[in-house]
Amino acid sequence: MKQANIIVIGGGLAGLMTTIKIAEAGQKVQLFAMQPVRRSHSVCAQGGINAAINLKGEGDSIWTHFDDTVYGGDFLANQPLVKRMCEAAPDIVELTARMGVMYNRTPEGNLDFRRFGGTKFHRTAFAGTTTGQQLVYALDEQVRRHEAEGLVTKFEGWELLSPVIHNGACRGITAMNLNTMEVRAFPADAVVAATGGIGAIFGLSTNSLVNTGSAASALYQAGAVYANPEFVQVHPTAMPGEDKLRLISESARGEGGRVWVPRDGRPWYFLEDWYPAYGNLVPRDIASRAIFKVVHELGLGVDGGEVVYMDISHLNPRDIDRNLYGIAEIYERFSGDDPRKVPMRVFPAVHYNMGGLWVDDSMATNVPGLFAAGEAEYQHHGANRLGANSLVSCIFDGMVAGPAAVAYAEGLQKRSGEISSGIFEAEANLQRDINADILNTGGTENPFDLFREMGDLMRKNVTVIRKNDDLKKTDEKLAEMLERCGRLNVVDKSPVANTSLVFARELKNMLILARAITVGALMRDESRGAHYKPEYPMRDDAGWLKTTRASFTPDGPEISYEPVDVSLIVPRERHYDVD
Amino acid sequence: MREFVMSDNFTIKIRRQDGPDAKPYWQEFEVNFRPGMNVVIALQDIRRDPVTIDGVKADPVVWECSCLEEVCGSCAMVINGRARQACSALIEDLDRPVTLEPLAKFPVVRDLMVDRSSLFENFARVRAWIPIDGTYPMGPGPQVSQEEQEAAYPLARCITCGCCLAACPQVNNNSSFMGAAVLNQATLLNSYPTGRMNRAARLDVVRGDGGLAGCGNAQNCERVCPKSIPLVSSIARLNREALLDAVKRWLGK
Ligand SMILES: Cc1cc2nc3c(=O)[nH]c(=O)nc-3n(C[C@H](O)[C@H](O)[C@H](O)COP(=O)(O)OP(=O)(O)OC[C@H]3O[C@@H](n4cnc5c(N)ncnc54)[C@H](O)[C@@H]3O)c2cc1C
Repeated sequence: MKQANIIVIGGGLAGLMTTIKIAEAGQKVQLFAMQPVRRSHSVCAQGGINAAINLKGEGDSIWTHFDDTVYGGDFLANQPLVKRMCEAAPDIVELTARMGVMYNRTPEGNLDFRRFGGTKFHRTAFAGTTTGQQLVYALDEQVRRHEAEGLVTKFEGWELLSPVIHNGACRGITAMNLNTMEVRAFPADAVVAATGGIGAIFGLSTNSLVNTGSAASALYQAGAVYANPEFVQVHPTAMPGEDKLRLISESARGEGGRVWVPRDGRPWYFLEDWYPAYGNLVPRDIASRAIFKVVHELGLGVDGGEVVYMDISHLNPRDIDRNLYGIAEIYERFSGDDPRKVPMRVFPAVHYNMGGLWVDDSMATNVPGLFAAGEAEYQHHGANRLGANSLVSCIFDGMVAGPAAVAYAEGLQKRSGEISSGIFEAEANLQRDINADILNTGGTENPFDLFREMGDLMRKNVTVIRKNDDLKKTDEKLAEMLERCGRLNVVDKSPVANTSLVFARELKNMLILARAITVGALMRDESRGAHYKPEYPMRDDAGWLKTTRASFTPDGPEISYEPVDVSLIVPRERHYDVD
Repeated sequence: MREFVMSDNFTIKIRRQDGPDAKPYWQEFEVNFRPGMNVVIALQDIRRDPVTIDGVKADPVVWECSCLEEVCGSCAMVINGRARQACSALIEDLDRPVTLEPLAKFPVVRDLMVDRSSLFENFARVRAWIPIDGTYPMGPGPQVSQEEQEAAYPLARCITCGCCLAACPQVNNNSSFMGAAVLNQATLLNSYPTGRMNRAARLDVVRGDGGLAGCGNAQNCERVCPKSIPLVSSIARLNREALLDAVKRWLGK
């Protein structure tokens, strides 16, 4: 074995699992994250993690999990890799139980499972309502163990700025220390980006504020292809709010919660009415559109507003405390109302990015030496992700990306350490110049106002209902904002923890990615999964059963398409009203 | 406390510090109240256009936050004298003016941002992990009774915010006490069927420097814990285990 040096960016579930796999192979990892890895967005996952272990004797199987996922994703996912993920899922859940995750248990002491959307089976393992947190902590501790053994070095509080590309291959990164603002280049034989979601591009979302997509955008700008940008999931049930739209997890419906609005003085359970086969557990794209219809077309929002009820008040309080405690706690703390007693007030909110960096079956991007994993890549979830399928895909990705990066790095003819240091210094200097430019422009645009403008625009025109003329105007507006982004007024000039400077850099990257999302949506003249155009209300397999590939140019994204691998399940019409 | 109305402004007093070695100073800002507003939103308002109450232009206030739903532990700070998360501190529930200070006991990076890396270093000391054989498939792992799970899960809800350390009189410059969050991790790991196998090593650490002996039983940790973790009984349990283990070893000699 040749000693290699691999960089992992991101300490959520995908990055942690990647790191563990590389360390387990005996190779050294430098793990970068903007925050202590335990504070990564993955900790927010409440509901659970899917695996067809069939411990309820319902006849669930890996094939059914695979079929539900592909069907739920409206056939846009490349099927062989999804199948491998579903095959790995039981091992992943069992592995994490071995790591000490406090999963809920059956009376016999086995793993307990609950229901989630888009399936008929109890397939979701869960640790109360903090499954993501429990998983992150367990994986973080395994990483800490490898750290104690000297295989892992953590760079927490460092932000990736750019990849270092030499002769077309990724040879390392530049990163900035968020406390000292030091910019440095780090050579590496392979780089894995596990940098998570993009919610902030929509201003308000269910995501953590750090989910800006800035890292993915930087890689895209450096030549990595970005796939299916237009597929952004809007979750049906989140709390309205000024700082964040806090998620009310689908597990609330999995445990028996019901969605309704008052009609003629009585509750109307419209999802159960319209989709008797799946009821409240229809996939998210379907539920979000239904809520939009009830509120915007039928005018039946609660108190005439953008609100519907998500009701668990009929459930046994003891079951709520055992299975949904975290949800009840969040709702109560932020709204002041106890969901054990009154229905929760919710509305759809941007939640998850099905699109992401283009990768092949080994998580390799089109740039040699650069890999991607987790929510940052685009495989698995097609046009719509099923609940509780993300945690499993993140960990699965780590299990693929880690060994693939090791194999690539070991096979390199020339180590990155042998490349002239001038290449790295040049890139670092470029990044330092960008910082200096931002601090010295003395422009007039307030970055935080510009951010709000971008978010409002994206939420209005690029979420549940998309119209071509709106999308076109949105892209023009984004291009104009990008120009304004070159004239920012960053008040803070401090060389210590300058969060305004960091934000200004991220804002530009967000705007660039926002254009890819918008143009991807503009061009796709059909409706599929989360992407819905009233002008083209049907899925169009003849024209559009294909993956979008966006390549960066300074004038906007260049879009091309490639076929989807549907070799295992023949695409069929998707409906959830009857079986 | 008077009910708030929409048009009300309120004052936030912030203890600021320009860098790790700089001298702290206070600044006051006026913020427009909106219903549902928390301390994070107020800080965002100030950041947009940082002008003090006296009309002086200031640097934007620096703080950490991420998930905004009390699970990432980033935004812990001292609010009106109490260590807590800024995201769940609703302005309407707070006495005004609102006072913000960096989380005590941790070195300040800038303003309300502190360096909590010592917490993570102590997790390494107590080996808060299960040394699994490998990540390849090896079956379902141990069965766990519902009773055990329900007893352990509340301990597993720690968000590593550091409030318990900030509030603890025993955590200070003259002591190496690792604090409730870290000891609780040892209790938690020791309660898992396979975690138990490395119990002795963990108990050795918590019997040593900075460990259990440092606890003065002030019980502030439990009072400030945002997740209401029963830290006092968690530490007591670890104490018992450590004692029993020591006796056993002594008898076994
Ligand atoms: C509220 C909520 C609840 C959810 N619940 C569930 C659920 O129950 N089940 C489920 O399956 N899925 C759920 N999801 C989705 C799931 O949580 C995420 O898709 C998943 O956790 C993403 O993990 P990740 O490892 O890809 O990224 P993250 O966990 O987001 O980690 C990204 C990492 O990259 C780092 N990073 C980012 N940019 C940079 C940079 N420039 N430089 C350095 N580091 C960087 C970050 O610091 C972080 O460490 C939920 C999502 C939300 C929003």
